[in-house]
Amino acid sequence: MRTKVLSSLALGVLAVAAMGALAAPAAPPAGSITGTVTYTGTPPKMKPIDMAKEPTCAKQHPTPVMTENVVTGPNNSLQYVVVYISAGDQAGPAATATVRYDQKGCEYVPHVAVMEAGQPLEIYNNDQTAHNIHPLAKVNPEWNKSQPPGSPPIQAKYDKPEFIPVKCNIHPWMHGYFVVLGTQNYSVTGNDGTFSLKGLPPGKYTVTAWQEKFGTQSQEVTVTGTGATKADFVFKALPY
Amino acid sequence: MSMRTAGLWCSASLGLLLVAFAAPPAGAQETVVGSVHGNASAGKEHYRRFCVGCHGQAGDGQGENAAWISPKPRDFTAAVFECRSTPTGTLPTDEDLYNSVTRGFVTTNMPPWLPLTQQTRVDAIAYIKTFSPRWKTEKPGTPIVIPPETPADIASILRGRDVFQKMQCWQCHGPAGHGDGPASSTLVDSKGDPIRPYNFSTGTRFKCGTTNRDIYRDFMTGLDGTPMPSFADNITPNEAWDLVHFLRTLQPEVKSPELVVWEAWMPTHASELKPLGPDAGQ
Repeated sequence: MRTKVLSSLALGVLAVAAMGALAAPAAPPAGSITGTVTYTGTPPKMKPIDMAKEPTCAKQHPTPVMTENVVTGPNNSLQYVVVYISAGDQAGPAATATVRYDQKGCEYVPHVAVMEAGQPLEIYNNDQTAHNIHPLAKVNPEWNKSQPPGSPPIQAKYDKPEFIPVKCNIHPWMHGYFVVLGTQNYSVTGNDGTFSLKGLPPGKYTVTAWQEKFGTQSQEVTVTGTGATKADFVFKALPY
Repeated sequence: MSMRTAGLWCSASLGLLLVAFAAPPAGAQETVVGSVHGNASAGKEHYRRFCVGCHGQAGDGQGENAAWISPKPRDFTAAVFECRSTPTGTLPTDEDLYNSVTRGFVTTNMPPWLPLTQQTRVDAIAYIKTFSPRWKTEKPGTPIVIPPETPADIASILRGRDVFQKMQCWQCHGPAGHGDGPASSTLVDSKGDPIRPYNFSTGTRFKCGTTNRDIYRDFMTGLDGTPMPSFADNITPNEAWDLVHFLRTLQPEVKSPELVVWEAWMPTHASELKPLGPDAGQ
């Protein structure tokens, strides 16, 4: 008898909760900005990396790893371009998910790690060799930490937006970027050069694309409805 | 006579006036070393006389001598300093800067400034701190804790040798500490200028001091702005002392107690040692 009362009570509570959820103000209509990043001209050729000095890494790569400063794809697309909302963004709660950065086979994975200012970052060494993580920050403090094989991940965070080159002094070919932004609304282009910025309420936005060799480009984009607004970027590539 | 006295009085009061207006810029951190308080405006005069030739008027390390100097003079606008008692990525204490100015940097063009009075050196530091806004927004790091030194016996030296291998110090400093490791030829500082790893076999002094505590501090704080990282996350205090004791055995020029222990042990035990470096296997 008592159990029955309790269960109907619980049911009632559940029902109220469900109704509450339904009655909550619907999220404002949100559109998106999508596009492709391409280049014109002749981009520099990426070079094979000689890892002979680090046999434990060299043996992980049957074919030589190429440098990643300018990675191109089909139809002149550009990979690893960070596209983000640089103005017009609504400030939301800070990002709390941990960004993971790996050192694997004496390479940085991903080549470009994007994070919001203040977002936690974890750096892992998956290799059988020691690395030193040396992010060459200028706006944020510059630090340099060793990470021998088997050590726990290094915890870090950056408080100010900045494009920070990352290097390992022991393995000079290792080169990556920490891109610290003042927004959570960003997208890194894949090999086809496409990006997509989602969840944007109608309004005017400044969209910026950053490529480590070719710099930044911005354009104003107005999002009107719930559809996708197109915004393409074209970088002028120089061979050097 | 009276004219002279009047003149003296005039310049004296002018001096007082100058001192009154010479307060450090608002918001800047106060500079204190022991009981000596630094004055940035007074320091500017000293800087212009003693430091500007290399470090430049703007403190950016672009003084007129800079082109002929390697490693390059410190760029104070970046506020990144090698010799600190504070963790990597943090500002040094006033005392750290004072010690650096006083000691100079062996193997560089920075001489010891011991002949300058204590006040002059502290004033110069107060002025150096005006070149970067970091000194207004950040506090110096908390100095690392260095526990009392452990006994420098052969067991400690041998454990330190294992740490040297495990931390791969040889990647830059070479298996014998000659500064000729596999990565040594490619090293650059944070500005992209070539820099050499320390050669223990020819060096008697270290960049950031000469004592065992100074060596301990070097690898637990890292030398910011150079390829030398901090090992604070990877080496325990006991291991750190072991490593210090081993590093002393790489310095034949310094007849340290560690070297005496090592040289007494070696003739009968050399064959027990595993090789160091890339050939030792991981």
